[in-house]
Amino acid sequence: MAGDASKALSNDVLWGGGRSPFSISYGKMMMWFFLVSDALTFSGLLTAYGFVRHSTTEVWPIGEEVFRALPGLTGSYPLIYVALMTAILIFSSVTMVLAVEAGHRMDKKGVIKWLFLTVIGGAFFVGSQAWEWSHFIHGGGGYITTNTGEKYWVHNDTHDTHDPANAPGFHLVPADPKHYLIPAEGAHHLDHAESLKLWNERANYVNGANMTENEYGPPQYANFFFFITGFHGFHVFSGVIINLIVLIMVVQGVFHRRGHYEMVEKAGLYWHFVDLVWVFVFTFFYLL
Amino acid sequence: MERDDIIEYSLDAHHSEEAGRKIRRKIWMVTLFLAVVTAVEVTLGAYWKEWFDLSAWNNIKLVYVVLTLIKAGYIVAVFMHLGDERRNIRAIILLPYALFILYLVFIAIFESNLVHQTWLRYL
Repeated sequence: MAGDASKALSNDVLWGGGRSPFSISYGKMMMWFFLVSDALTFSGLLTAYGFVRHSTTEVWPIGEEVFRALPGLTGSYPLIYVALMTAILIFSSVTMVLAVEAGHRMDKKGVIKWLFLTVIGGAFFVGSQAWEWSHFIHGGGGYITTNTGEKYWVHNDTHDTHDPANAPGFHLVPADPKHYLIPAEGAHHLDHAESLKLWNERANYVNGANMTENEYGPPQYANFFFFITGFHGFHVFSGVIINLIVLIMVVQGVFHRRGHYEMVEKAGLYWHFVDLVWVFVFTFFYLL
Repeated sequence: MERDDIIEYSLDAHHSEEAGRKIRRKIWMVTLFLAVVTAVEVTLGAYWKEWFDLSAWNNIKLVYVVLTLIKAGYIVAVFMHLGDERRNIRAIILLPYALFILYLVFIAIFESNLVHQTWLRYL
């Protein structure tokens, strides 16, 4: 990189006053400081998740079993959708760094092209997260508990969770007490009459997720899901807005007149940070 | 009034067409690397039960953490250009953060073990 930071300057010159010893502009340095503080917030959230997960004595759900649906398809695709979201975010990070590179060459057209693709990628990611939240909240069928405390998974062919007992193919499957999610293929299925009897005498029906209960695991699991991915999603959303504003300013030629595209670089730092956080959320929430 | 005491460091960040080609090549190489690492993570997540014994899970977790840190390192050093900044700014950004987080992770693991033991004893 041909920046000021690559100049060979002695310590006497660097720290002698009259210039930044870091060879970096005020705006970029403050963006870095903000990112460090924001990184501490996310680290705190993920550490809190780890603390609860590690200290609990309840069975904790596994990411590859909870997140295995794709829009418009039935069947099991463990983590494919989340991997797709990760890929979209990483690629929008790449287009961002290419926009920054084009800015260093004062290539206005290049900056517009790459920044536009970055905004598109970010919008796709926010949309994907909205779908995932919706799927997580609505659930895949849910379970009932009987008055004696036994747990049965609810199945039907149409995945109707509003009135499952009247949907075709309705039956119940006894839950494995050591496992949160639906037992493997070939597990014992109750017949329709027996299922209907248990359904009508149910003590509770848990379906999907809300703030107090969810079908995937302990209540904290859904709470952490909502808080961590929600906080990150809000960062992505603000990043898209910031990138959009910078894009409009690039199109208007504001930075070209200024003589440098550092604003793209600063917005880029924030955008890469959002990608960076997702790398950690992906590992510690979905994979582990 | 025009100020003459401000150095425009941002003007210094400009580079030539030729240097740009090299930088773009590096960007695409890093992209490929990140994509491959993510693909490995997902494949491992989906198939580890078929490939390994259930007792391998702790080692796989360790592999995940190491791969994540490698990915994060490349994003920070190349995409965020921290690797191109001066050593002293790298230090003031990374060291305080590392100090806090290493302690936070240590205390979280330590305390959550104790809480877990307490639950087991009194439940």
